[in-house]
Amino acid sequence: MQVLYGRYHVRVYRFALRLVRKEQVAEDLISEVFLDVWRQAGKFEGRSAVSTWLLAITRFKALSALRKKKDAELDDETAAAIEDTSDNPEVAVAKKDTGNALRNCLAKLSQDHREIVDLVYYHEKSVEEVAEIVGIPENTVKTRLFYARKKLAELLKEAGVERGWP
Amino acid sequence: MTANDKELAEPGKIEALLPWRAAGTLSAEETKRVDAALAKDPVLAKQHEVIQDELAETVLLNEDLGAPSTHALEKLFAAIDAEPARDPSRASGLIARLGAFFGGLSPRALGWSAAAALLALVLQAGIISTTVVKQGSGYQTASSEAPTAGTRVLVGFKPDATLNEITAFLDTYHGSIVSGPSASMFTVKFGDKTLTAADAEQLIAKVKADKIVTFAAATQ
Repeated sequence: MQVLYGRYHVRVYRFALRLVRKEQVAEDLISEVFLDVWRQAGKFEGRSAVSTWLLAITRFKALSALRKKKDAELDDETAAAIEDTSDNPEVAVAKKDTGNALRNCLAKLSQDHREIVDLVYYHEKSVEEVAEIVGIPENTVKTRLFYARKKLAELLKEAGVERGWP
Repeated sequence: MTANDKELAEPGKIEALLPWRAAGTLSAEETKRVDAALAKDPVLAKQHEVIQDELAETVLLNEDLGAPSTHALEKLFAAIDAEPARDPSRASGLIARLGAFFGGLSPRALGWSAAAALLALVLQAGIISTTVVKQGSGYQTASSEAPTAGTRVLVGFKPDATLNEITAFLDTYHGSIVSGPSASMFTVKFGDKTLTAADAEQLIAKVKADKIVTFAAATQ
């Protein structure tokens, strides 16, 4: 279990943190995720990659945690967390730092869009694996990422960054 | 028909696959199909470049999230200790499956040349715990390295870069790989001291200009 934890805990933590946006909640979640893995090891049949299995469990637990805390307090915290992410896009552009503006806009995507962008770009999940983790059809995976990218382009445009697409 | 001619409200079949092409997670057949379309359609190729920037910044954003404290691990093992005793056959089943877990490579690594893929396997599996090339420049696993001085840069290599080219690159810049690949990027530590922001910027510009490098940006 230590090996498994050592191998995957940072990715699980980062995935959880991007969903719940609170470090303490994300830390609590990873303990729960790996405890579930410990309890359910017999159910893992190796049909999917272990990281896919772990991310699916993490997603389920993160969304459950968000549902439990879906009240005004969390909304305020979430808003604060968004605003706390360094410079806003306008400031970033003023610094002529497109990369920084892009990261700020990525942080401002909706939860559904953040999740799919992270799974594809950072966690290197295939169309099939994302479909398995999120529980949506493969075609929806493709169109959701397309819309996430369009939203990202809109946010960048609002911030004055033109990238030639769309 | 180019991507410009298409209705942008819905992605075309090839266009929809571009993010996975950039991440290196398409099948060989799909990759071939997408690459053929990219070669023919400059607008699609431009969009692919935009996607590569998105991918690189998403990796940086996630890398900046840091890691959990040891509290999470302590909490996990306290919870496991509190669990009722389990059937030993279940535990051994888990151990057996762990072997299969670690057989799984990052999909991107499979697209690399054989030598580079082997390097990725060795790095990812954490088999080695000491520098394997030579002192001062070489490969280390993230787990083996205590935090030390040095300038850390997130580096992406061309998919067809060979082990020899990567070794020569690390020698030239006194670099050592400290972690990765993560989304096809490696964290490389350059030198033994932390550079000033201006010097680091100069170094990154040089690294970026190297023929086997596709991406370079400062990281923690």
